[in-house]
Amino acid sequence: MIDLKINGIPVSVPEGTTVLDAARFADIPIPTLCHHPKLSPYGGCRLCIVEIKGVPRPVTSCTTPVSAGMEVTTTNPNIEKLRRTILELLLSDHPNDCMVCEKAGDCTLQELAYFYGVRENRFAGERRIYTKRDGNPFLERDMEKCILCGKCVRICDEVQGVGAIDIAYRGFTAKVCPPFEKDLNCEFCGQCVSVCPTGALTGKMWGQKGRQKDIKEVDTTCQYCGCGCSLTLHVKRNEVIRVSSRENTINEGWLCPKGRFGYSFINSPERLTKPLIRISPKDKSEVKSQKSEKNSSLVTRHSSLFREASWDEALDLVASKFKKIKGKYGPDSIGGLASARCTNEENYLFQKFMRAAIGTNNVDHCARY
Amino acid sequence: MKNDLLIKICMGTGGLAAGGSEVMDAFKKQLRVKGIKADISKHCSIHRVGCRGLCAKDVLVDIILNNVKTTYQFIKPYMVERIIEEHVINGNPVEEWAVTEDYHQFHNKQIKVVLSDCGNIDPEDIESYLNVGGYDALKQVISTMSPKDTIEIIKKSGLRGRGGAGFPTGVKWEICFKETSSQKYIICNADEGDPGAFMDRSVIEGNPHAVIEGMIIGAYSTGADKGYVYIRAEYPLAVERLKKALNQARQNKFLGKNILGKKFDFDIKIKLGAGAFVCGEETALIASIEGQRGMPRAKPPFPVYKGLWEKPTVINNVETLANVPYIIRNGAEWYSSFGTEKSKGTKVFALTGKIKNSGLIEVPMGIPLREIIYDIGGGIENNMAFKAVQTGGPSGGCIPADLLDIKVDYESLAQVGSIVGSGGMVVLDENDCMVNIAKFFLQFTQSESCGKCIPCRIGTKRLLEILERITCGKGREGDIELLEDLANDVKATSLCGLGQTAPNPILSTIRYFRDEYEAHITKKKCPAGVCKDLLSYVVIAEFCKGCGACKRVCPSSAISGEKKAVHKIDPDLCVKCGACFEACKFKAIGKG
Repeated sequence: MIDLKINGIPVSVPEGTTVLDAARFADIPIPTLCHHPKLSPYGGCRLCIVEIKGVPRPVTSCTTPVSAGMEVTTTNPNIEKLRRTILELLLSDHPNDCMVCEKAGDCTLQELAYFYGVRENRFAGERRIYTKRDGNPFLERDMEKCILCGKCVRICDEVQGVGAIDIAYRGFTAKVCPPFEKDLNCEFCGQCVSVCPTGALTGKMWGQKGRQKDIKEVDTTCQYCGCGCSLTLHVKRNEVIRVSSRENTINEGWLCPKGRFGYSFINSPERLTKPLIRISPKDKSEVKSQKSEKNSSLVTRHSSLFREASWDEALDLVASKFKKIKGKYGPDSIGGLASARCTNEENYLFQKFMRAAIGTNNVDHCARY
Repeated sequence: MKNDLLIKICMGTGGLAAGGSEVMDAFKKQLRVKGIKADISKHCSIHRVGCRGLCAKDVLVDIILNNVKTTYQFIKPYMVERIIEEHVINGNPVEEWAVTEDYHQFHNKQIKVVLSDCGNIDPEDIESYLNVGGYDALKQVISTMSPKDTIEIIKKSGLRGRGGAGFPTGVKWEICFKETSSQKYIICNADEGDPGAFMDRSVIEGNPHAVIEGMIIGAYSTGADKGYVYIRAEYPLAVERLKKALNQARQNKFLGKNILGKKFDFDIKIKLGAGAFVCGEETALIASIEGQRGMPRAKPPFPVYKGLWEKPTVINNVETLANVPYIIRNGAEWYSSFGTEKSKGTKVFALTGKIKNSGLIEVPMGIPLREIIYDIGGGIENNMAFKAVQTGGPSGGCIPADLLDIKVDYESLAQVGSIVGSGGMVVLDENDCMVNIAKFFLQFTQSESCGKCIPCRIGTKRLLEILERITCGKGREGDIELLEDLANDVKATSLCGLGQTAPNPILSTIRYFRDEYEAHITKKKCPAGVCKDLLSYVVIAEFCKGCGACKRVCPSSAISGEKKAVHKIDPDLCVKCGACFEACKFKAIGKG
């Protein structure tokens, strides 16, 4: 363990810890825009500068490892002045359209501007003007709001292993973009969106659906595959408008495109909410009579006609049909195909069912095809 | 006529641009036509040599006849026949084409270590380097010295990094030597990017083997077995000569497996830079070699602990490495006898701007700036008044006339707000506007910023915008203070050396030429008459003869007036091109 002092408070942290992490461990706040605990240190935003006794110039706490006896000052008038200048510079090249920004209320830049009270800007000048042009249905990229913190670039490379974007050009015109500024053509996992500290990257489906302050967060588990990632549904008036994931979950907050963007089925009118039993064409007369009695229980959108049933009735019907087939043609006339959307336990039970209850080894899994 | 004849033709970039190859062809042809080649055969040789510094007088040709050297300047192919005829055959040098006093004056106060063989040996022929003692240092090091001994000599010599930062080279080598790692690297930083700097380029073009020898000695001392030369692709001649030199060194067993029969392997690869200024910064350079975008990262860890591919890496500048063989050959005491207490040895500078003898010079550290400007440089062009000298390129500052007597070394220049840097030296005269100079360098750093950190990316842009509005007459009260404030904040918070030094040209020009800034802002005038938006041209009635010369050259028909009557310039139509000012023979056009 390394002992050091931050703002005069003794702190003891393991070797290799950065000054920033040590400060956070001691609950001492340091503002940052480009730091992410799961990504390699970047040192680009310069907001996390601190003074260290014996070091002539301020250093970025996110890139500086602690050393024994270090005396760190995280705030004093000089540091705060430098941070304010950096914020002013950032905001001098920002649309500042928080009123219509998707990210308002959940934006690190906005929050810092609020804390530092940056309203007038001494450096007002040219601002980058870009046209939005991405054709994909998932990611909205508004590069005018980009502060080049590089988190999206790092997460795409270091976590997702894709490297779909990087910084191009130099100086003031530097810009995060896909190769040759083509339209984004990646996995659309949206990891970049999840780490963007401003409104530069958002979900296309999120537009004008509701800001963070109006929503209720509901934690659940993703149904798409057996990984079982933890999801946080952002719900507004009983409608899921966004999906995110918390950092302290089994999936460390990372999601795939299905988990992050594949939520529109939840409120889809096409979604099945009850078991359906097909009404075979020869019983058409029965359909008609039922239709007149209980109109709502009939499902007529599909190629065949269905009627709603209870789980008991539906399972009884399946069991009786299995028995009938098994009795007539033998157990090997039945085969089972399991789903990757089920958990390991569910898939285990399924094969057990096929072998023990049905009595066949005809069982397989969709992932093999 | 049975004599020794040696012809040396300057064929550095300057020499080639002035027609060096054609001059060489002309000499070859004349030697053949006149039968001299056949006559004295092996006693007659003709060599291309690298830059000897005074590029302004290219093509320079040395004729060494019976060990008597005559140097000619401004040689064109048509002059060759007469030189051969009168000088070589009849023994009477062509005095009118020979170099004049200023050529000797240019060289008199210089002490050449790194450049001692540049302009003397053929850079494309290893024999030429071997003949002047080349690779002797390497042989001596490998056969008789341990890495520790070598490091000790370099430490004792006081050699400091010539790329600008001035870190002691021996100390860097020692740290790397002490690091335990299965793999170490040595990199030669030849990504010279300062506007107006051509030191590294000339050294590689003129004597590539000295750099290679220095690198091999460095590798031996630090334990590196792979080397890279990171050189910009904009230096095609240097790259070509370096490639040739590497091949020759390999053929002579100076590179490769078991160098000189000892258990020491080392080889060098060339990595071409794509022209980003920031790649001269060592961590960005490493990122570039690794195939990533050339962006710096925070230090520590320093490359000497964790550099290329996370392995201990020594990065030295071209000039630093080229010094090494000479230090080993002549001893640490010899080298440290030049220079001051803290800055030892010599330093190469690229002397450019409004100076009579512009070119490449090598001077001992601590030489007074005045001697460089007036003795070596020959004073200011067109006898204008000296105003300032800008050292250290875009990272440096301006030194005004009243500080001309300061010594040129790391400490003294830092004291007056400038730096030695990589060795650019741009001389400015009374016709240069200091605000405009600051703007020029900011334009450069602003567009070369990599964009990684906010103060450099946006800060330099805002600094430039403020300078732009000052030079076009829209400066506001408080702009000087705003410039100073932002400049200091950018310096304090930027990630790498580029941003940390980019505001230096602004700060030093404000420090010494505040009145010029004030004139631009409050009086809306450019005292040097450079900033177009602040200029106005008027006819001075008492001098105007009504000749109409100005009226004829005016491209925007802004001048009116009858013949022999005083003319008038309509300021609304005037585009401030200055054509009338140039055309008037009676100094009747006033500028201000």
